[in-house]
Amino acid sequence: MANYDVVVIGAGVVGSLTALELSKHNVSVCLVDRFPEPGCGTSKANSAIVHAGYDADPGTAKAALNVRGCGMMEALCGELDVPYLRTGSMVLAFSEEEARKIQALLERGRQNGVKGLEIIGRERVLELEPQVNPEVFAALYAPDAGIVCPYELTVAAAESALDNGVEARFDFPVERLERENGMFRVISKSGEIRAAFVINCAGVYSDLFCGEPSFRIQPRKGEYLILDRKYDGLVHHVLFRTPTKLGKGILAAPTVHGNLLLGPTSEPIEDREDTDTTAKGLGLIRESSKYMLPGLDLRGVITSFAGLRATPSTGDFLIGWSSGQEGLLNAAGIESPGLTSAPAIALKLVELLGERLPLQKKAHFHGRQKVLRMAELSLEEKNKVIRENPAYGRVVCRCECVSEGEIVDAIRRNAGARTVDGVKRRVRAGMGRCQGSFCMPGVLELLSRELGVSQTELTKSGGLSRMLTGTLKGEE
Amino acid sequence: MGTDVLVVGGGPAGMAAALSAAQSGAGSVLIVERNERLGGILNQCIHNGFGLTLFGKELTGPEYAGRYADQIGQAEIPCLFNTTVVSMTGNKEVLIRNTDGERQIEAGAVILATGCRERPRGAISIPGSRPAGVYSAGTVQKLINCCGYMPGKRAVILGSGDIGLIMARRLTLEGAHVEAVCEIMPYSSGLKRNIVQCLEDYDIPLYLSHTVTRIFGRERVEGVEISGVDEHLAPVEGTQRFIECDTLLLSVGLIPENELAGYAGIVMDAKTGGPLVNDRLETSVPGIFACGNSLHVHDLADFASLEAVEAGKNAAAYVKAGGEACQEFECRAGNGIGSVVPQRMSAKALAEGATAYIRVGRPFENASIVIKRGDRVIRTVRSPRLTPGEMVKTVVRDSGDGDLTFEVDSHD
Ligand SMILES: Cc1cc2nc3c(=O)[nH]c(=O)nc-3n(C[C@H](O)[C@H](O)[C@H](O)COP(=O)(O)OP(=O)(O)OC[C@H]3O[C@@H](n4cnc5c(N)ncnc54)[C@H](O)[C@@H]3O)c2cc1C
Ligand SMILES: Cc1cc2nc3c(=O)[nH]c(=O)nc-3n(C[C@H](O)[C@H](O)[C@H](O)COP(=O)(O)OP(=O)(O)OC[C@H]3O[C@@H](n4cnc5c(N)ncnc54)[C@H](O)[C@@H]3O)c2cc1C
Repeated sequence: MANYDVVVIGAGVVGSLTALELSKHNVSVCLVDRFPEPGCGTSKANSAIVHAGYDADPGTAKAALNVRGCGMMEALCGELDVPYLRTGSMVLAFSEEEARKIQALLERGRQNGVKGLEIIGRERVLELEPQVNPEVFAALYAPDAGIVCPYELTVAAAESALDNGVEARFDFPVERLERENGMFRVISKSGEIRAAFVINCAGVYSDLFCGEPSFRIQPRKGEYLILDRKYDGLVHHVLFRTPTKLGKGILAAPTVHGNLLLGPTSEPIEDREDTDTTAKGLGLIRESSKYMLPGLDLRGVITSFAGLRATPSTGDFLIGWSSGQEGLLNAAGIESPGLTSAPAIALKLVELLGERLPLQKKAHFHGRQKVLRMAELSLEEKNKVIRENPAYGRVVCRCECVSEGEIVDAIRRNAGARTVDGVKRRVRAGMGRCQGSFCMPGVLELLSRELGVSQTELTKSGGLSRMLTGTLKGEE
Repeated sequence: MGTDVLVVGGGPAGMAAALSAAQSGAGSVLIVERNERLGGILNQCIHNGFGLTLFGKELTGPEYAGRYADQIGQAEIPCLFNTTVVSMTGNKEVLIRNTDGERQIEAGAVILATGCRERPRGAISIPGSRPAGVYSAGTVQKLINCCGYMPGKRAVILGSGDIGLIMARRLTLEGAHVEAVCEIMPYSSGLKRNIVQCLEDYDIPLYLSHTVTRIFGRERVEGVEISGVDEHLAPVEGTQRFIECDTLLLSVGLIPENELAGYAGIVMDAKTGGPLVNDRLETSVPGIFACGNSLHVHDLADFASLEAVEAGKNAAAYVKAGGEACQEFECRAGNGIGSVVPQRMSAKALAEGATAYIRVGRPFENASIVIKRGDRVIRTVRSPRLTPGEMVKTVVRDSGDGDLTFEVDSHD
């Protein structure tokens, strides 16, 4: 049975960045996830915002890690070749009362150490964002906020960790942890592995492993609408409403790929697999967005989705050694701003682990190999690439102009794509306006060829999500 | 590299346009097609019903495409296959990509014949889960007819347009069970013969004024909830019903493909989803023409080809003589009208007689389409039944002055 110094449960953004940080040290690490690939949990379905850090109460782990993570994000994304944009954000106030509230947010932000915050008046808001409802009073402007591609960040971190010697077990749903002779048995349906230490980054399930009986997660669903790229440039900053007792409200933000994101709603739920969208939720987003951006044409919606916040009963991230289980390190209840905080959480976890496990930096660490994105190349570079490998000249996804070569790369890289959704998240084939209607058969063919499995075995997102039910009658 | 006329797309429209341009003396004509052969969507439409207008005979899609492809071969019109037009400027510089690399072609005139795509699930925002098994009807058509795979065993189809109806029969013939076809409108936009031959003959129920209001199943579709809708198309509380199935096919509308038009700065018509054109099918950018389903969605491939013949002729005339400046009048979609193509007509064309393609906005019984200039009626087209699914084609001839308004005069 495989033995490791450390097993990391959960290849979300937190677990993957933690594995990456560990891969810089001389320890044996296994990253496990219940899905066939990294980034299939909350890290694929959120607002993708790098928050500046004025939301959390001063003194909380959230506040400190958010500000620290925000400061790390740009350099990290550069190293990992992941799209990031420092757009700045605005919290819009539509009444005098809201204007007072954003003043309080400003002060809280300053206490948290957020730089550059200022209140800007109506004129300036409308100058920067002409589409905003002219009834706006003022806004809290945060120049350091930004946007990132959360699933590309997660995939890149996991891939880079694997490039540097971390092992991975996918399709490995951990059922329980058992302690035996000072070691953990990490037990799943598909086998078992052993480790001296376990780091729990299991997202919305992280309370089940945390060894803190009083700590509970109450999942909260957030639904979204995504608009076609033809709306690129409609809004330039992340636009929030002033938070109320009910939550942060519906925001509008550009994505790093030029789509417009509207959402999220906030609904407590019991079923931790329930990422269904609802008529009510989508209706609320439409209504609220129409108020914020009155000129918005909602016919440009190309898809909707939902993600689950791992909202902790304590109101704060649970980060540290478990009090109930020896050798267990927790990163539990990582709700928003967990994406922003993730780089700082990873550092913190490795620092804590170092207290009990001697960690030595490796002499050699390989940075992530750059991703070949045809759209980023000059004409000359494209021709060179196509000459060397004609597969880059075959366009498979017409809407996002993705070539066969790019899809094959996404499958062959470490922690590569195994599913139709996995291909979509890595290279955007199927993310465009036709939503894969045209390219899906081609993507199945490439997955089948590269993985050496028949097309009828392939899934949308792992498990029983088979895309096809068989071949035609009489054909084998 | 350069060519006199560059045709983007080798479907029934592109092929007809290229042939007609060549026959009209355009000089060099080139077809750029991203697939490995000519035919466009017709290659996956293996049922018959094509060619009645043009060839006087019922052909399958591939047979229809084959007839055109043969003529293209005889006329020795060069085609670049497996080649995608990735962008285009208003100066008719067309950027193409294939396994030889990416390069620019300078064209004297461009004909856009890029076809259409299907409206995806997201665009109609059906709530629920997002499992495997939700596909657009055309994708299933391709999987079954071209790839040899079955996408599911028990299906519900949303949308009773012709593609949805034809796929109901196709799935049934391949051994799947089609539980129902749901249509949000109180009528089907499909051809009557398809309703009989594809649904009634196989006892597949058609639920009019019904839509899918929820999708169930976390990994694979396990069922859908359907609901009746009121006259505003809003689901009626209390009418929900669960239907068990593993597949949901969407056939909820076609949208002209026009990314390239966007890059070239061509003015679009929000009603058709295609470029705004004049009677020569020329877009707002001189020398760039549009036809077939990329201009507006046609009922039959024959009509797409027929329209493309005109585009080819006009593109040839453009490269030979250059553009002609001519006074143009607007064709406005008035009361009851969904869309009119072309959106502009020249005085000259109107004097000689110009063809207009009209869609109504909703069904009418015993009504007329009235074309007016100011208060003056210049043409009336009477019909016992007008539906948005059927395009009305008519010739407008008038030597007067002023913009044209198209209206429905209904007696109900
Ligand atoms: C609606 C919404 C909006 C948000 N917006 C933002 C934002 O704009 N900015 C921001 O900073 N943060 C945001 N967040 C928060 C952010 O998305 C999360 O904090 C972050 O993604 C959490 O990462 P994670 O790695 O902890 O969890 P996850 O990504 O959920 O990863 C956990 C992983 O553990 C795996 N796992 C779980 N149980 C098991 C098991 N038993 N065995 C094996 N594997 C298991 C899962 O498969 C999953 O891959 C938002 C969250 C939501 C829901
Ligand atoms: C999925 C689907 C299924 C259909 N099924 C039926 C049916 O069963 N029965 C029926 O009567 N009608 C059907 N139709 C309608 C059908 O589109 C028309 O009848 C007819 O094919 C339209 O002809 P066209 O030439 O305008 O478009 P198409 O036949 O779509 O041809 C357009 C061609 O342009 C090429 N092209 C597009 N963009 C580029 C580019 N940038 N570079 C290079 N090449 C490009 C495409 O590959 C394609 O070959 C269907 C349409 C769709 C979208």
